[in-house]
Amino acid sequence: MQDLLTIGGKTYRSRLLIGTGKYRDFAQTRAAVEASGAEIVTVAIRRTNIGQNRNEPSLLEALPPSRFTYLPNTAGCYTAADAVRTLRLARELLDGHDLVKLEVLGDPHTLYPNMPETLKATEELVKDGFKVMVYCSDDPIQAQMLEAAGCVAIMPLASLIGSGMGILNPWNLQLIIEKVKLPVIVDAGVGTASDATIAMELGCDGVLMNTAVAAARDPVLMAKAMKKGVEAGREAFLAGRMPKKLYSASPSSPTEGKIAPKAA
Amino acid sequence: MHNSPVIRITVNGKAHSLEPPIDVSALLASLELAGKKVAVERNGEIVPRSAHANTLLADGDALEVVIAVGGG
Repeated sequence: MQDLLTIGGKTYRSRLLIGTGKYRDFAQTRAAVEASGAEIVTVAIRRTNIGQNRNEPSLLEALPPSRFTYLPNTAGCYTAADAVRTLRLARELLDGHDLVKLEVLGDPHTLYPNMPETLKATEELVKDGFKVMVYCSDDPIQAQMLEAAGCVAIMPLASLIGSGMGILNPWNLQLIIEKVKLPVIVDAGVGTASDATIAMELGCDGVLMNTAVAAARDPVLMAKAMKKGVEAGREAFLAGRMPKKLYSASPSSPTEGKIAPKAA
Repeated sequence: MHNSPVIRITVNGKAHSLEPPIDVSALLASLELAGKKVAVERNGEIVPRSAHANTLLADGDALEVVIAVGGG
């Protein structure tokens, strides 16, 4: 049986979502996305450079929206109003595409989410017909509020955006996974493949990352490693790990049939 | 001046002077953006692609013209 991820009524084979920022060029972006196996890619919405874009390559050409599911974000937005405005532009730009990543930031130093504004924006976007995947704090109560507001995925940070600090609070992530029925996708903080594995072993439904791949010495190789990390963690979660036993060591080999100890 | 031959608008925060009548499609063409995948907002409201050709610009309009770029 195939193990599929369902978000907003659509299914995906890959549980790794990739951001498209910070790469050397679009060719490297494309190569890393291909190596990661990701089907969902995040993009930002920005003013076009007037007068400098006649032959400027476009991200939409490098990553055709016919092949990848675009997830426009609201990076850089600090209010619900700015975020909603940005995603309305994104929907117009992408021909009515309604799956979006909401992030309303609290301050430029930590990029920690502003949850009251995030919740407000979620409500407004849901009312306007968007399918909203929400970057949020790893607070299980806030996660339940977002679920009640009608978003399609909860995306708690594992540590600060771009920090590469890994999974700092696995207990909170587990609480969220237990408390909400929606897909839980770790968004932000993953630094290397084992971090992605840990997130998946905890029972997360997916992992979204950008800097961990783009800022690796070899982004394409790291993308490949992340694919394996996510898959390994998912399979380990489905397999169900053995319980941890501090003081009752149990040998893996039979205790019977050992040859006789040599006579002293 | 009342019957000014030009209208002044801003596009992505920069001032432009244009000869009316001019619609959004003509503006995009003058900015070498014709046929490019962009989204347009005028005074805070989306101008759908289907309405570019019949949305006339007025003096004082503030437009945003955006594209998709790499981002997390």
